Amino acid sequence: MLKLKNINTYYGQVHALKTVSMHLNKGEIVTLIGANGAGKTTILNTISGITPPRDGEILFEGEGIVKLPPDRIVRRGVSQVPEGRQVFKPLSVEDNLELGAYLRYRSREGRGEIRKDLEKVYELFPRLLERRKQMAGTLSGGEQQMLAIGRALMAKPRLLLLDEPSMGLAPLVVQEIFRVLEMLRHEHGTTILLVEQNAKAALKLADRGYVLETGKVILEEVASELLENKEVQRAYLGRDKKEIWER
Amino acid sequence: MAEGRMRGSAAPNNLYFPLTLTLSLREREFSRQYHLKRELLKFAIFTILVLLLPLAAKEGYILNVLVFVGIHSILAIALNLLLGYAGQISLGHAGFFGLGAYISGVLTATHGQNPWLAMCYAAGAVGILAFVIGFPILKLKGHYLAMATLGLGIIIYILFNETVDLTGGPSGLSGIPNLTLGTLTFDNDLKNYYLVWTFTLVAILLAVNLANSRIGRALRAIHDSETAARLMGINARFLKVQVFALSALLCSVAGSLYAHVMTFVAPASFGFNFSVELVTMVIIGGLGSIYGSVLGAAILTLLPELLRAFQDYDIIIYGLILILMTMFLPGGLVSMAPVFMSLLRGRRKQPGGAHAEA
Repeated sequence: MLKLKNINTYYGQVHALKTVSMHLNKGEIVTLIGANGAGKTTILNTISGITPPRDGEILFEGEGIVKLPPDRIVRRGVSQVPEGRQVFKPLSVEDNLELGAYLRYRSREGRGEIRKDLEKVYELFPRLLERRKQMAGTLSGGEQQMLAIGRALMAKPRLLLLDEPSMGLAPLVVQEIFRVLEMLRHEHGTTILLVEQNAKAALKLADRGYVLETGKVILEEVASELLENKEVQRAYLGRDKKEIWER
Repeated sequence: MAEGRMRGSAAPNNLYFPLTLTLSLREREFSRQYHLKRELLKFAIFTILVLLLPLAAKEGYILNVLVFVGIHSILAIALNLLLGYAGQISLGHAGFFGLGAYISGVLTATHGQNPWLAMCYAAGAVGILAFVIGFPILKLKGHYLAMATLGLGIIIYILFNETVDLTGGPSGLSGIPNLTLGTLTFDNDLKNYYLVWTFTLVAILLAVNLANSRIGRALRAIHDSETAARLMGINARFLKVQVFALSALLCSVAGSLYAHVMTFVAPASFGFNFSVELVTMVIIGGLGSIYGSVLGAAILTLLPELLRAFQDYDIIIYGLILILMTMFLPGGLVSMAPVFMSLLRGRRKQPGGAHAEA
């Protein structure tokens, strides 16, 4: 489905991604874990075309997407839920959702299709239906996250990139959101790349995980094994060093 | 706390969900049509107002001022598309206005070209120029964009002054013919009033249409967060350039009208001060409000007539207005409209009545 080969991305002089290679199979949920500044967000932005890599190759469904601008990548079926949600605050909830379908208005499919998908998003997040006329900026953090996910779904992505959807949210809301992700994979076969600080929850949901450190992939493993991995437990799952190594 | 409650309320909501969903979607269709109707109604009322205004203003002098209100309205609307919707500042729009005026002026007065054709040539040329300049310039943001457009405006202004052979330099270009339509020559204030306002009404219709389309929504998205907009699949760079070009093109048409109405153009009308005045019009009226722009243009055109005593110090007063507006009424005058409406409504109905509307 998605394949990154030897990706190098720079911010000016800063070498943010150092020959990163990874892949996602169709229908998989894969999570990226790592500390702040490890390059998790940069990987997502590199895939989306926001920060194109200096060299390396990205194949989506077998075709290279490295040189494409973000709108062409969205058109191919890759949508990102950006870090910190970034909903369009002065616009209504519904305007936000319709913006998610921006490219589809021009394509041949009818507006009826788009309206149906709008219904589906409202079905997924009934809370958004209640608030559809409100300015997105007036929503709570959890609602904004739901809106950001709903907005990305309006583009009908085959690959969904999520950047820290649990950031700053109450545990119950995080559960709700993860439940929706699970459902998306089951019912629509959506492939999901999930960046998370909340490594434990992410690894429980995901099939596989990649561990990033200072711009490099240092570990790739089935999620359940990563949960058991002692080094991962110590570094990312909040276990004490004593608990693990000096028992 | 709010998050916790949210989950609780989601469950009972699901029970009635099929019903609420269909109901609300029907309501949604309805509200869209309602919105469209309201826009049309607004436009119709405004058109009637424009048509009838000359009856109230029999005095030629006032009519003359109203002609300029019309021209300035086109300019303010054009700038509002860029500044109020796409969120990109331009301090060089007087330059595009001037280019329209001078291209029309030179083609008709010096080369005897048909005025209508000249207007089209000018609009095309300015539109293309803005499109080409737009690509590099709109990569800049905020202060840098302001500086770059400021520079552009100044370059154009200097060109008007220095190319004496072509433009007549600082002393201006005279002998520009009036526009004609068949045997009708637009040579007095009343005729010009209807001529200019026809264009203004078309510009309003165009702008309202654009603002309510998916493009308008995309522009507002760019205004809020360009990165997020790009992630939605909006080609933000190209869209900004397109709006910049459209905005410049509208200014050029306003410039052509100005040239033919005045029959004389001089560089002084297209300087930096006027660019600032345009920004003031848009902000006073309200960013992102088309009718607000007309209101802003009207106020800033009528104000100098009232402030005759201050003559050269009027720019200070504009500055003062700009400061006060941004401090106390950042949404512009139109943002006071809902307040007025609710005040009116509050007098007639009980306070609860306003809630049903929302």
